[in-house]
Amino acid sequence: MSLLLANVRPYGGELTDFVVDDGVIAKIGAAGRVDELLDAQGAVLLPGLVDLHTHLREPGREDAETVATGSAAAALGGYTAVFAMPNTDPAADSAGVVEQVHRLGQASGLVDVQPIGAVTVGRAGQQLAELGAMADSAARVRVFSDDGACVSDPALMRRALEYVKAFGGVIAQHAEDPRLTVGAQMNEGNVSGRLGLAGWPAVAEESIIARDVLLAAHVGSRLHVCHVSTAGSVELIRWAKSKGWAITAEVTPHHLLLTDECADGYDPVFKVNPPLRTQTDVDALRAGLADGTIDCVATDHAPHAVEDKETEWGAALPGMLGLQTALSIVIETMLVPGRLDWRGVAERMSVAPARIGGLAGHGRELEVGAPANLVLVDPDSRWTVSPAGLASRSRNTPFAGRSLPGRVVATLLRGRITARGGAVVGDAALEGAESDAAVSA
Amino acid sequence: MTTAARLPAASVLTAADVARTIDRIAHQILEKTHGAHDAVLLGIPTRGVPLAHRLADRVGSFEQVSIPVGTLDVTLYRDDLRLHAVRPLGTTVEPAGGITGKLVILVDDVLYSGRTIRAALDAIKDLGRPRAVQLAVLVDRGHRELPIRADYVGKNLPTAPRQKVRVSLAETDGVDGVHVLGPDEEAK
Amino acid sequence: MIKHLLSAADLERAAAISILDTAEQLDRALAGREVKKLPPLRGRTVVNLFYEDSTRTRTSFELAAKRLSADVVNFSAKGSSVSKGESLKDTALTLEAMDADAVVVRHSYSGAAHRLSEWVRGSVINAGDGTHEHPTQALLDAFTMRRRLRDGVGDLAGLHVAIVGDVLHSRVARSNVLLLATLGASVVLVAPPTLLPVGVESWPVDVSYDPDAALPGCDVVMMLRVQRERMGASFFPSAREYSRRYGLDQTRMSRLPDHAIVMHPGPMNRGMEIAAEVADDPKRSTIVEQVTNGVSVRMAVLYLMLGGAAGVDSGESE
Repeated sequence: MSLLLANVRPYGGELTDFVVDDGVIAKIGAAGRVDELLDAQGAVLLPGLVDLHTHLREPGREDAETVATGSAAAALGGYTAVFAMPNTDPAADSAGVVEQVHRLGQASGLVDVQPIGAVTVGRAGQQLAELGAMADSAARVRVFSDDGACVSDPALMRRALEYVKAFGGVIAQHAEDPRLTVGAQMNEGNVSGRLGLAGWPAVAEESIIARDVLLAAHVGSRLHVCHVSTAGSVELIRWAKSKGWAITAEVTPHHLLLTDECADGYDPVFKVNPPLRTQTDVDALRAGLADGTIDCVATDHAPHAVEDKETEWGAALPGMLGLQTALSIVIETMLVPGRLDWRGVAERMSVAPARIGGLAGHGRELEVGAPANLVLVDPDSRWTVSPAGLASRSRNTPFAGRSLPGRVVATLLRGRITARGGAVVGDAALEGAESDAAVSA
Repeated sequence: MTTAARLPAASVLTAADVARTIDRIAHQILEKTHGAHDAVLLGIPTRGVPLAHRLADRVGSFEQVSIPVGTLDVTLYRDDLRLHAVRPLGTTVEPAGGITGKLVILVDDVLYSGRTIRAALDAIKDLGRPRAVQLAVLVDRGHRELPIRADYVGKNLPTAPRQKVRVSLAETDGVDGVHVLGPDEEAK
Repeated sequence: MIKHLLSAADLERAAAISILDTAEQLDRALAGREVKKLPPLRGRTVVNLFYEDSTRTRTSFELAAKRLSADVVNFSAKGSSVSKGESLKDTALTLEAMDADAVVVRHSYSGAAHRLSEWVRGSVINAGDGTHEHPTQALLDAFTMRRRLRDGVGDLAGLHVAIVGDVLHSRVARSNVLLLATLGASVVLVAPPTLLPVGVESWPVDVSYDPDAALPGCDVVMMLRVQRERMGASFFPSAREYSRRYGLDQTRMSRLPDHAIVMHPGPMNRGMEIAAEVADDPKRSTIVEQVTNGVSVRMAVLYLMLGGAAGVDSGESE
């Protein structure tokens, strides 16, 4: 079945038409006969977004999110592939669990769900998990992380970095020295001192990154740094890259926009790990993402049940929803101020994460023959975030009530429309799951 | 002065009238209490306090008797606390020798609804047990809402409910005098 | 008056002084009286919600509420549903069902009082939240200073106050710093660098690591409790070293000006941050007085928050 995407602007450029057939881009420019027409009315066409850092909570916390609901949120947010973090219950530290997650993703069919495997057994930081078995499994795991916990033992980290070279894997480190963050609740600084909340110092992140880039250089391995949150981390990564070492890094949308001042009022919807930092850090992260020091944007989409957020700050679990707001935040913080153009957005949100995670079918140039993993964005339309309107099973968005630019017109996975006009297409159970669609000009 | 200044003000008692009235009440107290030997005066803030001191002073000038004077803040006993923004508290000063067993004479400037006096009676109950309680006021303007009457009245002053009675005393206002503010057509 | 008292920063100068003045009046109104009870909160319900043991603070609030004729309900974490894992939010809903006019909350988590204030209609009074604040303690401390050194009137302009000890973990210190700044006093925090919060340079205070340099010019020395457990986390090497370097003993006390007073929010570690003979010094120590003043100050807070019509702003209405 052929589909004509009429009046699209690839990478925000000149108006043209795309014909999608048999799951690939079949033709660019004047179309012939097609079965179906989607008039994009000038929407920007990008390769489908890829999220290197998603928490889908299944198995274990299906009350907070499932692979199916998370996939719906991803499709509505413009994603065609997401990497699922292994901090599930049980942890995704074996071929069995990663295959289960992979299968659930295929069943939902809205995005490609690529499991990330745990580095250590039970993410406990003591003993390497069977990394090779996960790599060889049907899930073809290439990214490994204990995310939520740091691989803090330097010897273990070194071995993990070395070991995954055998199958082209990469370790994605959650950089947090656990001894420097005992009881930590938020960024350590003026605000934590005032609020009486135990501080999470920047150095707890930076010291691990410094150690890890040196370890990676020493053993000649790739290292990916998760959710970089401080100006110092950006500097360290810039330095490591200048040495030619194989370091990549990601930043979350919330760290590009929000600061620790949000903790005033103690609403745990702003509690996240790593914590929201200062405006100086936000500025450094934006600059780092603009100049390529930081390779990509990853959501760290972390759904939490109401009872884990509607509580005291100290008792709340850290994490924020991100899949449905990420593109809008990047438009607001990077595109609108001119730090990135649409090609840059595509590079940071699709091309780079697909390359880092080894997903051949995603993040491809918009050219004839490429898999039709695509997203259409109306950059001029604004919407207001309403937690109840999000497809996630949870409501913990820090952007509630915020008006944001950029709406996803449609998302296509291998030529099939998975989301259109703010609603999921294709999965009967989720059809009608709408994104927040309070549109204002 | 702000709202009052906009209303027509009619002088009811001049400074000389006020002095004469206080003298008369002092004589009446001596007469009615047979020399005021166990009497104490409790002034209700704001203007009841200087009035009580003046009365004690005058009584002392007529006969060789010294009446202890105290201050009774009734704010916490008012029945309209919940109807207004929270009120600042005044000071309560027990008269020398306390009030238990004594004849307490409450002193206030204007008697109107009677609610302030009811509050004062409740406040007295928590301070001790007087032998008896009497009431002295400079002006009784009528419109009682409770079964309360004064034992000593300087001047009975028929007023309309919408009118205001303003008592000025040198100690609080720089000058003595009583004025009625507002139109008097409804006066009965 | 304010709806909630969550932080000493909620109090502007006029509001803080009004609380201190009201406390003076209430204290005088009850002094030497047979019936230690006043009627203005008759029919109002005050709930003491204590997630941490604190007999001192709880009984102080309880006595304050009862002396104003409020009905007092004590919810303590021990032996109630809150110790069985009921969430703060569920407890808040229960309090709503009881139609509490005010909730006095003590909690081990910073910000718990803020959260609670979003879930109940009544007023919330923070009686200590984690390492954040304890505003009524700061008020009673200011009341005590004002009585001793300013004849019980006005503000604390020109007063020099040293707060000595574990500032990092002290809610008392945070509230005192804010309130003392509002009232015009100047504050010096004296502590080892490990027990000062990051960002303290943004506070309206001076900082010193040396009590012998900082104390001699002070009118008030407030000693903070230092928990021995902090030793295990390497905040200081030993109780003995802490006591020697930062404790208030006879020798250090003797270098204070004649009029200077010594305060402690309690409970004290005698021999650790304060020597027994200093704590018991009849001239300088205000430690017992602080407890007495706590009741008057909490009465003032309860009266000013609950005594008038809800939602009507101050401004006389005669």
